[in-house]
Amino acid sequence: MELMVRFEKVTKRYGSLVVLDALDLDVAPNEKVSIIGPSGSGKTTVLRMLMTLERIDDGVIYVDGEPLTHMPKNGTMAPASEKYLRKVRGKIGMVFQHFNLFPHMSAVKNCMEGPIRVLGLKRDEAYSRAEDLLGMVGLADKKNHYPAQLSGGQQQRVAIARALAMRPKVMLFDEVTSALDPEVIGEVLEVIRALSREHHLTMLMVTHQMGFAKEFSDRVCFFYEGKIAEQGPPDQLFGAPKNERTQQFLSAVLDAG
Amino acid sequence: MEGLWNWGFVWQTLPILLEGVVVTIQISVLSYLLALVLGLVLALLRRNPRFWISRPTGEIVEFIRSTPLLVQIFFIFYVGPQFGVTIHPWVAGILALGIHYGTYTSEVYRAGLEGVIKGQWEAAIALNLSKYHTYRDIVLPQAIPPIIPTLGNYLIGIFKETPLLSVITIAELLTRAKDVASDHFRFTEPYIMVGVIFLVLSIPASYFVNWSERRFKRGYGRK
Repeated sequence: MELMVRFEKVTKRYGSLVVLDALDLDVAPNEKVSIIGPSGSGKTTVLRMLMTLERIDDGVIYVDGEPLTHMPKNGTMAPASEKYLRKVRGKIGMVFQHFNLFPHMSAVKNCMEGPIRVLGLKRDEAYSRAEDLLGMVGLADKKNHYPAQLSGGQQQRVAIARALAMRPKVMLFDEVTSALDPEVIGEVLEVIRALSREHHLTMLMVTHQMGFAKEFSDRVCFFYEGKIAEQGPPDQLFGAPKNERTQQFLSAVLDAG
Repeated sequence: MEGLWNWGFVWQTLPILLEGVVVTIQISVLSYLLALVLGLVLALLRRNPRFWISRPTGEIVEFIRSTPLLVQIFFIFYVGPQFGVTIHPWVAGILALGIHYGTYTSEVYRAGLEGVIKGQWEAAIALNLSKYHTYRDIVLPQAIPPIIPTLGNYLIGIFKETPLLSVITIAELLTRAKDVASDHFRFTEPYIMVGVIFLVLSIPASYFVNWSERRFKRGYGRK
């Protein structure tokens, strides 16, 4: 079966610090993968490299059968140029921990910018697409509000709608509830839950919400020191972790509540 | 025309000076527009990832900022003709002021661009926006409003530097005053009038800067 995402011996270093160490990771189409682990284990870096926000030092990432980090050139593979990246990264959408909405645009404008400028949609097409998506995340009545007029949970839902407006094949969620007040975390998770039920989307999620990871994912990957220390279906990973590091991490997180 | 202050001479001089004011304002506005555009171009070139573009741009900006405006005015006006390039005094004056102040506004733009947080650039990448649209739609609309008051101050700055152009025969306000004064051997009224006219014209400009500081401090959607 064709894979949606494939990391092949991917290494990322910051100076002498190895953040990802020859990582192999395969994700099937429509698969929901949660990435958990202690801070500094490289979880967020995985998403950032997929979104092409970071360059990789070694290895190759493939998305939907095409190399993402490299491009074919004169019969070999060369590091991807900016032009090539613009061609291939359209398959990926990302939602950030701090939302990163455009503060000078209303909710609906935030969702129209990409479709108009990148996909070439007409203004009214982009508008109705944005309206539909804002409706889906429960914010139809807030479409003309600026980000500053919305709560954190609402902003994050707009950010999800904005990413979806580009019709990506892979959605990345980077600690999307970490910056939120506890009482609004639920509304954001509910949107992601609905998304995974109703849409054919591959999803990768870095999260600290163990309960959500357990119910949402097909597979959970536990990262430790730039490697996948253990992975498996949530029942197995949370119920009967084999790796000692996983056991330590889970008991620490679950003790903390 | 006796005494220290002669009102008759003032009324006689005023129309001549007002003609100079028109020139001063025209030169100020045109130089300022050049400075605004050039400053942005320089700021963007300095951010270019290719060092052979960003480095020389930085050196040129530093060089122009470190040499006196008066020298630059002389240079543009008098050195050109030595090589067969004659420029109209107006063009020379506007170029000198516009380029000189363009290097200052480029630093202001630079500060504005650096004020746009990293997450905004990353969101633009995640939406796969081109560099052009990232700057035009995302970055500049956030970088420019906070620097409008500072940019406004440079309009006042340019305006107050225009008398320097009297050295290249431009008939701006000071030149007119000088001519009237030497024609009549009366210096008190014309030069005091020049001072008052600059003051009167600077007041609305400062008022605008203060207003814009208040206006652009508020973000979008905040009361």
